[in-house]
Amino acid sequence: MKYMKAVQIFFIFLGLTLIPPVYAKAVQAIKISYITQEQNIPSALSNLDVFVQNKGMMGANIAIDDNNTTGQFTGQTFILNRIVVPVDGNVIQSFKQQVSADTPFVIANLPAQVLKQLADLDSAKDKLIFDATTTEDDLRNRECRDNILHMLPSRAMRADALAQYMMKKRWNQWLLVTGMTQGDQLYAQAIKRAAKRFGMKIVAEKKWTHTYDARRTAQSDVPVFTQGIDYDVLVVADEQGLFGEYLDYRSWLPRPIIGTQGLVPTSWHKTHEQWGAVQIQNRFKALAGRQMLEQDYGAYLAARSIGEAAVRTQSNKMQTIYDYLVGDEFALQGYKGNPLSFRSWNGQLRQPVLLAAARSLVATAPVEGFLHPKTELDTLGFDQPESTCHQEVINDNSVVPINTNSDIVQDEITVDKLIQQFKDYYNNLKGNK
Amino acid sequence: MKQGQLALVVLAVLFSFSIHAETVIVTLEKDNALAVIDPIEGKLIKTIPIGQRPRGIALSPDNKFLYVATSDDDTVKIIDAETFKEVGELPSGEDPETFALNPTGDRLYVSNEDDHLVTVIDIVNKKEVAQIKVGIEPEGIAVSSDNQWAVSASETTNMIHWIDVKTNKIVENTLVDARPRAANFTADNKQLWVTSEMAGTLMILDVATKQIIKKIKLDIQGVSFNKIQPVGIVIDKERVWGYVAIGPANRVAVINAQTLEVEKFLLVGQRVWNLAFSPDQKRLYTTNGRSNDVSIIDLEKHQVTKSVAVGRFPWGIVSKP
Repeated sequence: MKYMKAVQIFFIFLGLTLIPPVYAKAVQAIKISYITQEQNIPSALSNLDVFVQNKGMMGANIAIDDNNTTGQFTGQTFILNRIVVPVDGNVIQSFKQQVSADTPFVIANLPAQVLKQLADLDSAKDKLIFDATTTEDDLRNRECRDNILHMLPSRAMRADALAQYMMKKRWNQWLLVTGMTQGDQLYAQAIKRAAKRFGMKIVAEKKWTHTYDARRTAQSDVPVFTQGIDYDVLVVADEQGLFGEYLDYRSWLPRPIIGTQGLVPTSWHKTHEQWGAVQIQNRFKALAGRQMLEQDYGAYLAARSIGEAAVRTQSNKMQTIYDYLVGDEFALQGYKGNPLSFRSWNGQLRQPVLLAAARSLVATAPVEGFLHPKTELDTLGFDQPESTCHQEVINDNSVVPINTNSDIVQDEITVDKLIQQFKDYYNNLKGNK
Repeated sequence: MKQGQLALVVLAVLFSFSIHAETVIVTLEKDNALAVIDPIEGKLIKTIPIGQRPRGIALSPDNKFLYVATSDDDTVKIIDAETFKEVGELPSGEDPETFALNPTGDRLYVSNEDDHLVTVIDIVNKKEVAQIKVGIEPEGIAVSSDNQWAVSASETTNMIHWIDVKTNKIVENTLVDARPRAANFTADNKQLWVTSEMAGTLMILDVATKQIIKKIKLDIQGVSFNKIQPVGIVIDKERVWGYVAIGPANRVAVINAQTLEVEKFLLVGQRVWNLAFSPDQKRLYTTNGRSNDVSIIDLEKHQVTKSVAVGRFPWGIVSKP
């Protein structure tokens, strides 16, 4: 008996001494799922750009590595479960089967339609979904969901960025050329909204209905197509890149191209090097063997947001992380100068929008001089008074709850004031023109 | 022939006299060169080719050698501070940018930004003695003058890592505001000053507790928030004044180091990056990356007295008695 006890003690002692010091501190696990669906290779205008299948995933990977480096010092480990649904697979089913109940965070690289279905699932109700890809304004307005945060700038934010720069240049006569897809229509809508907002004039609007194999006909089609209209810039809405590249140098008048081609508003671009961006560009290239793309940046920011919130709050709980993310403290470094944060009224990540030409970064929006009572970043996209997303955010006083208590009077005054400030601001802008 | 030689000797003597007054040496990131300035005259004396993309620079405690990080050559060069001839190289690891010299002048602590490491180099034997894993994108680095702490600021991890110089191990980490850039100890080693580029703050850390004891938000009237990106910090020996370079705000903040309040902002050149005192601490020199000059500040009057054009992208700066 005595002998046994001695052996026990010996083993306990041995066990204690063998435990490496790193495990002495309990490690907190933060579980994240990344979900995407493989795509068929779309038809493209040019063979110059190689189709990238793993857009997004690489951004999540590098952010998880970054988080885990920080995690070593805070006793936290970030676990990424990668789910790639095949082309003919069912995303919803894969989500149900492969995202465990104890995973609070999901990074989604999915089209808006699928994302909406996914967010509405019962099993997704207690999860926080980071939309790393979509640019849909509807999804941020009347179709908005409480459990989604949007990482990339919406079409409206992009269009506003373009309009601000055009206003600075005083290139305010626009010819709008729109393609045939639904995305193109939505892009054109955003352009029209921005034009109105910043006092630009759309002098003509044309639909591109010509053959997509523009290599054959561009030289003859484009001059005729653009003839007879006087304008400062040609704004093109061609999200898939089916014809937009062929407008430049072929229009009747010598005019720059902006929009989905030419000078593009984007959240990330290979020409971006300022504010430490060159470091992430290099690190990404070393890891992925290619340039960082927008979806990669979106997924990177999603995983980094989770990392930043988890480190600052020392928590792996959905509600705690969510409250921190939409609160005032959150400041994400996104290599674009300003700290990034979430708009509490629709879950959109506020951020500067880059205006990039193929081989040079032309400007960053908000363009200097565009002011806002709260933050200049909110001169881009749908501001709080304009938002039609009435999500109720728990623990956030800045959002007006609908149909509720006596606080509403107080809140309405604030909103009214904001609307007034906003109106004054734009009237001023128009007046100065 | 003999006369020519004599003339050369005379010239050399004259030249060495003028150098002995005080020289300021600046790395020119884009010109791949060092600029040598006479700060009293406010004149550029000469420019010397040095290697690819020179950034960090330090002077040995005996004033005999300069250490210059030539980032694209992946090395730290040892330069004779009198003749400006290269006398050796140190194994810095990849892409060295910023580094700190310990007070005895025998160890160099280099940030390797892309590999998330701090490399410790034995200067005498020109050997790497340790590599310490730190957070993502380490940049600012400093060694306390009592040779107890080396601190590394990692820009994406947002931490100050406290490295015990005896063991070369991290013993503590302090979470700070987003994108910490530079760190510097006060001469009494009681405080560590750290700048955050993203939050636009100067944070004062207590060295004993490793906690932030004060945050100073650097607001400048009429300058938009995204231009407030504080970088380099220096604090005088008596801890009366501290100075912070605020990058694209084109200003240097004058901080009362006793009350820890901002006293005023001095307008200097564009994108002011790094700072150096004159040996007698009567003047402050700034590198202005975008306007390609060095501003000279009179510290008795707190006035900018001169700006000296030096070449493209001045980055690091030291002053030699």
